[in-house]
Amino acid sequence: MPNEKKQCQHLAPICAALEKNEQYQKAKAYAERVLALGNDSLEKTIAIAVTLCLVCAVLVSFAAVALKPLQLTNKELDMKKNILDVAGLLEAGGNIEAAFNERIEAKVVDLASGEYVDSIDANAYDQRKAAKDPAQSLAIPKDKDIAHIRIKAKYAKVYLVKEAGTIKSIILPISGYGLWSTLYGFLSLDPDGQTVQSINFYDQAETPGLGGEVVNPNWRALWKGKKVYAESDVPSMEKGLIAEADMGDPALSLIKGVVDNSKPGSQYQVDGLAGASLTSNGVSNLIRYWMSKEGFSTYLSKVRVVKGGVS
Amino acid sequence: MSAVLNSETKKVLVDPLVSNNPITLQVLGICSALAVTSQMSTSLIMALALTLVTAFSSAAISAIRNHIPSSIRIIVQMTIIASLVIVVDQILKAFAFEISKQLSVFVGLIITNCIVMGRAEGYAMKNPPLESFMDGIGNGLGYSLILVTVAFFREIFGSGKLLGMEIFPLVKDGGWYDPNGLMLLPPSAFFIIGLIIWGVREWKPEQSEKVEYKILPIAHGEGGHH
Repeated sequence: MPNEKKQCQHLAPICAALEKNEQYQKAKAYAERVLALGNDSLEKTIAIAVTLCLVCAVLVSFAAVALKPLQLTNKELDMKKNILDVAGLLEAGGNIEAAFNERIEAKVVDLASGEYVDSIDANAYDQRKAAKDPAQSLAIPKDKDIAHIRIKAKYAKVYLVKEAGTIKSIILPISGYGLWSTLYGFLSLDPDGQTVQSINFYDQAETPGLGGEVVNPNWRALWKGKKVYAESDVPSMEKGLIAEADMGDPALSLIKGVVDNSKPGSQYQVDGLAGASLTSNGVSNLIRYWMSKEGFSTYLSKVRVVKGGVS
Repeated sequence: MSAVLNSETKKVLVDPLVSNNPITLQVLGICSALAVTSQMSTSLIMALALTLVTAFSSAAISAIRNHIPSSIRIIVQMTIIASLVIVVDQILKAFAFEISKQLSVFVGLIITNCIVMGRAEGYAMKNPPLESFMDGIGNGLGYSLILVTVAFFREIFGSGKLLGMEIFPLVKDGGWYDPNGLMLLPPSAFFIIGLIIWGVREWKPEQSEKVEYKILPIAHGEGGHH
């Protein structure tokens, strides 16, 4: 094999060592024997399948491992971009990292007590990772698990936008099961803990064009100004989707069709996504879950600023 | 193989552009052509990804074609194609995150794209690696040509833009163009591809399929009792 000899000139020391190695000789002899076999012999079929799988596995794992740091940086940047976006602070072409560090403050909240947890570094805390760690998470009882997430982290990472020392928006992480995937997103509220500023989902795999429209800016714009909690008896709630809400319960939900803004109760309703009832139900459920006592309601009752002072 | 482009290589490179186009003549790879063509940028990346996967998988399969056991032929091809697609997907996630988010599942679905499998089984299994590589590039370019043409019409009439730059000022921004919402939905690609196929077959009548059977007019008295 002239080709092999040529290579050996460049890599002479390695080749010489290889030629001496008994294992290498054995492997080479085996490879030559198998390659000379008929294509349809059982031994060759198995040998080819195993070798191909090994080569492909090495290729794929090399790509995945080598590119992982870059992918993680991208993901983190994308998340910051989404937080800025939900806070209404995203400027086209602006430096996301700088804007995020300047305007957004991350805080870790104990969901049960609603208090800030200062012993944890909020910037380093990863709520999604914590939800997978048995020591930092809680299983949700089945009857309460309306968002179908099964486990939640004990501590949640919330983001605050402050201006001159006062809170301008409270940004809460939300998640819940849609049709195909768990949707992860943010809901940003006015300082009253009641009025929606914006919502977005940064990680979802719903049907593109149907449930995937949760990322559509036009649909997301419908959320602005909607109210989360029932302020009085909420009439005309969508039956079957959510039971009548009592005062103080999360009442916001998606309905089938278009919301008639002249009707009472429309401040608690957002248009459902056409052709995506199950994703729409999923979004309703995750809002209802995360805004309940299981989620952020205790925390919100502590930070909420009612006209004239802190309640 | 003195000249890089001998007649066979040239033929496999140029033929799939018009006279043997995978989309318009073979009608393969339609699903992604409908799904990713609402914008030029996503179509270009998709076209590039598919071209590279087709070329490299064809070359790899061709290189080992004399040793592939026929009983596991298709699985061997699929394994090679799937590995390359995963690598492409990982690269996109690392270097073109926004676009990989928009392409979502469609990059992964290159694995099932009939063009890639079709070229592996139909050409690479019988021809040497360099020709197979060129054949993959040629078919990828044929696919790209249609994809980009469809995306051109969909983006300019659907959102008044090309590659994200404004061409027609929209009414909602104070311009004069009222965008055609249908163009942003997948069915519009059906119409555009249909029109392209019609145009190509008018230009090159030999591409039209022969009529397999004729529908005869119903003779008088038939169609009732027998």
